[in-house]
Amino acid sequence: MLLVVEQFLNGLQFGLLLFLLAAGLTLVFGIMDLVNLAHGSLYMMGAYFAATFVAWSGNFVIGIVLALGATLLLGIALEVIALRHLYGRDHLDHVLATFGLILFFNDLVRLVWGPAGLALPLPAWLTVPVQIIPGVFYPAYRLAIISVALAVALMLYILVMRTRVGMLIRAGASNREMIGALGINIKLLYTMVFGLGAALAGLAGLMEAPILTVQIGMGENILILAFVIIVIGGIGSIRGAFVAAILVGMIDTLGRAFLPDLLRSVLSSAAASTAAPALSSMLIYLLMAIVLVARPEGLFPANRR
Amino acid sequence: MAEPLLCIESLVRRFGGIVATDNLSLDIAHGELHAIIGPNGAGKTTLISQLIGQLRPSAGTIRFAGQDVTHLPAWKRSHLGLARSFQITSLLRDFTAADNVALAAQARDGHSFRFFGNARKEKGLREAALAALSRVGLADRADVVVSRLSHGEQRELELAVALATRPKLLLLDEPMAGLGATESARMVKLLADLRKEVTIVLVEHDMNAVFALADRITVLVYGRVIASDAPAAIRVNEEVKRAYLGDQHVVTRHG
Amino acid sequence: MKASSLDYRNLVAAIIVVGLVALPLFSQVTGNFFVLTLFTRIVIFALAAVSLNLIMGYGGMMSFGHAAYLGIGGYAVGILAAEGFGSGFIQWPVALLASALFALVIGALSLRTRGVYFIMITLAFAQMAYYVASGLSRYGGDDGLTIYKRSSFGGVINLSNRVEFYYLCLLCLFGGIFLVWRIVNSRFGLVVQGLRSNEQRMQAIGFPAKRYQLVCFVIAGTMCGLAGALLANNTDFISPAVMYWTRSGDLMVMVILGGMGSLFGPVVGAIVYLVLEEFLSQVTEYWAMIVGPLLLLIVLFGRGGILGLIGRFSRG
Repeated sequence: MLLVVEQFLNGLQFGLLLFLLAAGLTLVFGIMDLVNLAHGSLYMMGAYFAATFVAWSGNFVIGIVLALGATLLLGIALEVIALRHLYGRDHLDHVLATFGLILFFNDLVRLVWGPAGLALPLPAWLTVPVQIIPGVFYPAYRLAIISVALAVALMLYILVMRTRVGMLIRAGASNREMIGALGINIKLLYTMVFGLGAALAGLAGLMEAPILTVQIGMGENILILAFVIIVIGGIGSIRGAFVAAILVGMIDTLGRAFLPDLLRSVLSSAAASTAAPALSSMLIYLLMAIVLVARPEGLFPANRR
Repeated sequence: MAEPLLCIESLVRRFGGIVATDNLSLDIAHGELHAIIGPNGAGKTTLISQLIGQLRPSAGTIRFAGQDVTHLPAWKRSHLGLARSFQITSLLRDFTAADNVALAAQARDGHSFRFFGNARKEKGLREAALAALSRVGLADRADVVVSRLSHGEQRELELAVALATRPKLLLLDEPMAGLGATESARMVKLLADLRKEVTIVLVEHDMNAVFALADRITVLVYGRVIASDAPAAIRVNEEVKRAYLGDQHVVTRHG
Repeated sequence: MKASSLDYRNLVAAIIVVGLVALPLFSQVTGNFFVLTLFTRIVIFALAAVSLNLIMGYGGMMSFGHAAYLGIGGYAVGILAAEGFGSGFIQWPVALLASALFALVIGALSLRTRGVYFIMITLAFAQMAYYVASGLSRYGGDDGLTIYKRSSFGGVINLSNRVEFYYLCLLCLFGGIFLVWRIVNSRFGLVVQGLRSNEQRMQAIGFPAKRYQLVCFVIAGTMCGLAGALLANNTDFISPAVMYWTRSGDLMVMVILGGMGSLFGPVVGAIVYLVLEEFLSQVTEYWAMIVGPLLLLIVLFGRGGILGLIGRFSRG
């Protein structure tokens, strides 16, 4: 029971983190029609910035805020220098160009920070376990991730559904020409949206940093998960990304936690311990395959024409 | 000849709250040239798309040559003898005219899981392609890449591709769209010739062409049939006049 | 114009064929065996790129998971070798069959989608294969599997001989190119290319699109599985890393770099990309910092890949 609650929360926390990453990816795709493989690099950069700024300032919160700002600026710079020239081009061009960016960022990090990973130590006040229900303790930091991510998700929802900028974003997702016709500065809007996506990716990266090591290539594995999520959720749909992210986070976490035991009750112990790791890492892809067979455009197809 | 070639029964298609095809029933007899007209947004292209299998109807049935085809995919309908031309020219742009038609002949032939042998050098396909091309007057343009053909030639090529599948029924979605006066006249002459060989459903805005060619005309407004009769009767039909009143300029101008 | 563009392509192809065939001679004479090692690798990756070009360049299917077949072909050889089946007559058919099966399943699912969904889904499935391989603790898991003995072909050919192995790889590459050449001009190939150009039109004239695309997808996967079997023999080692998604990205880069939809384009791409990687990594440890932005520049300013570029120059 204890373990179930804990794993459930872990799944939620992982799912929310994935949502932050997927939200930026799906926004950028939905609005600018840009496939950005380098999104994972922004996630990585967020983590590296955080580790650096926290060490430099000696204060966790200041460091994190600085890292967030730095990722935002990096995203904007990336958009202005390189990616805006790719709008309207073939998706294959996007893939190739942003693949090049990944290569660049990975080696840049290796050059600046060295090949070994960094650690981002937590301040004492975030390491204490918190009693969530009688008898069940959960790390304060993971609770903090859950709260921050939920708050950001809520803000995103309000931004997209309730504000003028959000209206533009939604209009852009369904009709690119219309924004232009309204006389709105598309260039600026696109840069802002990209910056927002970058900041979200950076936030996900820096929040994950204290749990995992900060290392080269950390953005790539999780980027694939983000892809799976936006494919399941429906490309361009924030709501779809949210539902799919939670789903993927839960299934992945719970699968890894409980599948070995489950298999052991069916198979021999040796067979189970061979099959379990492979099978549990397949689970979300199986989920994706099932969703695809049932609904090729994802759970919440964003802009049907 | 107990059953018409094409029977559409109580066909309905909704897009969200909009009903694009509203309980539409229509028969197309063997050998006739049946024109479908109507103001913009009357649901003509939606109807064609359902007939050809690119769009699933919400309700109703479509029978073709005595067989229920309502749920058949497009490619199977093509094998039964249903061919279409597209409103917006839809050819393989980086292929030559002959390649475009030869592929249609190849589809008709039914043997495309052949991995060796140069298909372009197959006599049968090439001859079928050239035959269809000369049928529409494009024989001398056979080896020109589509993107280098004029708009009028592309419209004719559309027709040649449809013909090469040796259809029983030809659905033509605005074959005159965007054509100049001379090109239009050529197309009308071509259609007048073709109608002797094949049943044709013609969706067209060019009223002169429609009234010159059609055996029967069906008028569509808001997805419903408001009249279906011989051209002379349609010309004097009060309801049709009302539907078109004030709309006429849009109808004739639109491409 | 058409004639001259054909001429330069034939010229490039002829130079490549002659160069690759003569390479062992060159390395024998100069005593430079490093070149032979490098080019064995290049030839193997060229075969993989040629197979990717079949679906990507001719078929318009932007698969971002092609490296999965390298791994599947390689693991088929590695696992069978580890289990005591050393004969290439067993290993290689299994490698091809396994790749074909994987392509069949992945293709049937992925081809339900199109565009960017297809790119992401093929990527995700390949990544799944990667994780499955990482989970194979019996066969080395993450660390990979050493192959102690190369596939034996009972005296027909000795894979441990550098030159013989090189020529085997080259034969496979030329065979692959020949196959692709025949396919793209065949009835089947025209249908597949027609589908790339306009799927709706092809459906309307009576072609069930997915079937043709799936068969094409399986052919390409199988061909890449062969490259995987060669690769495993070349390195005497197989690990999940050959399936990692950046490997799929490398293959895509080779195809696009060389020129999509041209017969020898992927070979040119593989040579340029891998030689550049080799050369730059000798100059600096951080070679990817140069290659990365280079890719970006190629996308922004170069169209049609290297062959396209040569074509433009040759036309003046």
